[in-house]
Amino acid sequence: MEKFVKLNSKCVLLPVEDIDTDQIIPARFLKAVSREGFGDNLFIDWRYLEENVPNAEFVLNQPGVSGEILVAGRNFGCGSSREHAAWALYDYGFRVIVSSFFADIFKNNALNNGLLPVQVSEEFLTQIFKICTEKPETEVQVNLEEQLISIGNTQVSEKFDINSYKKYCMINGFDDIDFLINKAEEIKAFEENNILA
Amino acid sequence: MGKTLFDKIWNKHVVHTVEDGPQVLYIDKHFIHEVTSPQAFAGLRARNIPVFRPLQTIATADHNVPTENQHLPIKDALSRHQVDTLIKNCDEFGVELYGLGHPYQGIVHVIGPELGITQPGMTIVCGDSHTSTHGAFGNIAFGIGSSEVEQVMATQCVLQTKPKTMKIQVDGELNKGVLSKDVVLYIISQLTSSGGTGHFIEFCGSAIEALSMEARMTICNMSIEMGARGGLIAPDEKTFEYIKGKAFAPKGDAWDTKLAYWKTLKTDEDAEFDSTFHFKAEDIEPMITYGTNPGMGIGISQFIPQVNGTSSAGLEKSLKYMELKGGSQLLGHAIDYVFIGSCTNSRIEDLRLVAEMVKGKKKAEHVQAMIVPGSRQVEKQAIAEGLDLILKDAGFELRQPGCSACLGMNEDKVPKGKYCVSTSNRNFEGRQGPGARTMLASPLTAAAAALTGKITDVRDFFKD
Ligand code: SF4
Repeated sequence: MEKFVKLNSKCVLLPVEDIDTDQIIPARFLKAVSREGFGDNLFIDWRYLEENVPNAEFVLNQPGVSGEILVAGRNFGCGSSREHAAWALYDYGFRVIVSSFFADIFKNNALNNGLLPVQVSEEFLTQIFKICTEKPETEVQVNLEEQLISIGNTQVSEKFDINSYKKYCMINGFDDIDFLINKAEEIKAFEENNILA
Repeated sequence: MGKTLFDKIWNKHVVHTVEDGPQVLYIDKHFIHEVTSPQAFAGLRARNIPVFRPLQTIATADHNVPTENQHLPIKDALSRHQVDTLIKNCDEFGVELYGLGHPYQGIVHVIGPELGITQPGMTIVCGDSHTSTHGAFGNIAFGIGSSEVEQVMATQCVLQTKPKTMKIQVDGELNKGVLSKDVVLYIISQLTSSGGTGHFIEFCGSAIEALSMEARMTICNMSIEMGARGGLIAPDEKTFEYIKGKAFAPKGDAWDTKLAYWKTLKTDEDAEFDSTFHFKAEDIEPMITYGTNPGMGIGISQFIPQVNGTSSAGLEKSLKYMELKGGSQLLGHAIDYVFIGSCTNSRIEDLRLVAEMVKGKKKAEHVQAMIVPGSRQVEKQAIAEGLDLILKDAGFELRQPGCSACLGMNEDKVPKGKYCVSTSNRNFEGRQGPGARTMLASPLTAAAAALTGKITDVRDFFKD
């Protein structure tokens, strides 16, 4: 997994609530057997009106829109547990998702893939949408070490939560599997002492 | 203070606690399928490690399989490759596979219980959010992502932060024509699609206890649609009766030992939940969804909420997609498709209910009605009971088992702009195919819609 410490980037704004993983990546694109290449189909039904007919109104198709931070409405990533959603966002080039609320499984999946979910207050989210809509060139800074997100040169910033284990993993690029494999002896001892359910 | 059933099972499975971090949770059974496992197997290969406990891992092919001509090679090249990859992986890593053609094949959450693999007190995971279904047997079952699938394959454990607990109690007697699907759609409509986030739910109360095991599975199946990690129901005599004699149920002395343990699995009287909700069974009527998340449901006789102000931007977007008007009724709205299937409602009881309802009748001419049994065993039983003939006479197509139009990964899709009354669990935009408009309902309501060609109050059928 890639390390994440800090990021300074323009934002892509998607002020829609309850964006479910079927929108992020529809099931018909889940037929691959590797983790790569899902970015091409990210938000595909919103990006295209029909095959090969891009929807000019959708934010990712608008000229000048770019950035490694996606800002979205509350309850981002609800629905299916497909990790392909996190892979698609990462593969497309996003490194941070900002929202006022994340669905549980999505949050875990994102953290397991070096994609940082930053949960902010409803007020702060409204501010980002407002400031970045007025001035699309605004850069947002995400500092994982300090757990701080701040908007451009304004004084507007907010602390965000992340559990210290996950923070440690993100900063060092470690994943959960490395951690668990190191616990193999403890796991075997547990198996011996416990009559399984 | 007493403990909840959830706490008891969880605590029993904690191997290690990371300071200010997640816990290492031991997993008793791991179900895998073709869509979310290939990347995990690839991960094991890259690390050059085996599946740690292959005997606790069970595989099937369900998400991406055709529901016709399953004996022939899969036509779609990508789907075929995915299913072949599962076969190859299971073979290489020593995992038992109930693939296409196997008498145990079926939707992963249907086969676990019907084979007796799913038992009380266990921890169960699968790379599919509706793993919560298994919770109906009084265990902790939840969906995980592919990285977590890899964790479980590598170590039989998964790193998890312990969720909070929620109690949902439903007391009273259900009205005629109201099924457990209506109960859960009603609860979600009350709590919203994110109302359970961060929680594990225990369902209880006299209305829940009165339900059959299959009906209980429908409730736990959809607990995830409130955003919850999962849902469970304390095991009782019905649970034990259901498991007894199943292919992988404990036998002989092992049965007695297990049974004695299972009987202890309940929430203590004085246990406290982080939150509690009460509902009355009498308040629930047959439900139907009008929007694009499962929380957007109403009683069949009710009106779609009005769009007013900016607070309902989500509602407005949903109604636009569904081409429905706020303030109008769904009753009488013409429909094009009916899908009866998915891990929510594809069990033998569901098929029996539908068959009983449509017996001797004909579906509306313009409606396409598809029934997809949850497993080979369900299919076999349906045929043994002659349900296939009844359904066929009524113009319903009985397909072969799989997830099918629940997620539209295979050919079974609803075309753009068409309305489909579906017994599945998600009405997201495009879930059943790009542009498809899904209305979630119970198998009875779906069958009634197939007969009349429009949204119908199933209670009308019971009047005379
Ligand atoms: S039937 Fe639908 S919800 Fe159930 S496991 Fe299959 S895809 Fe998932």
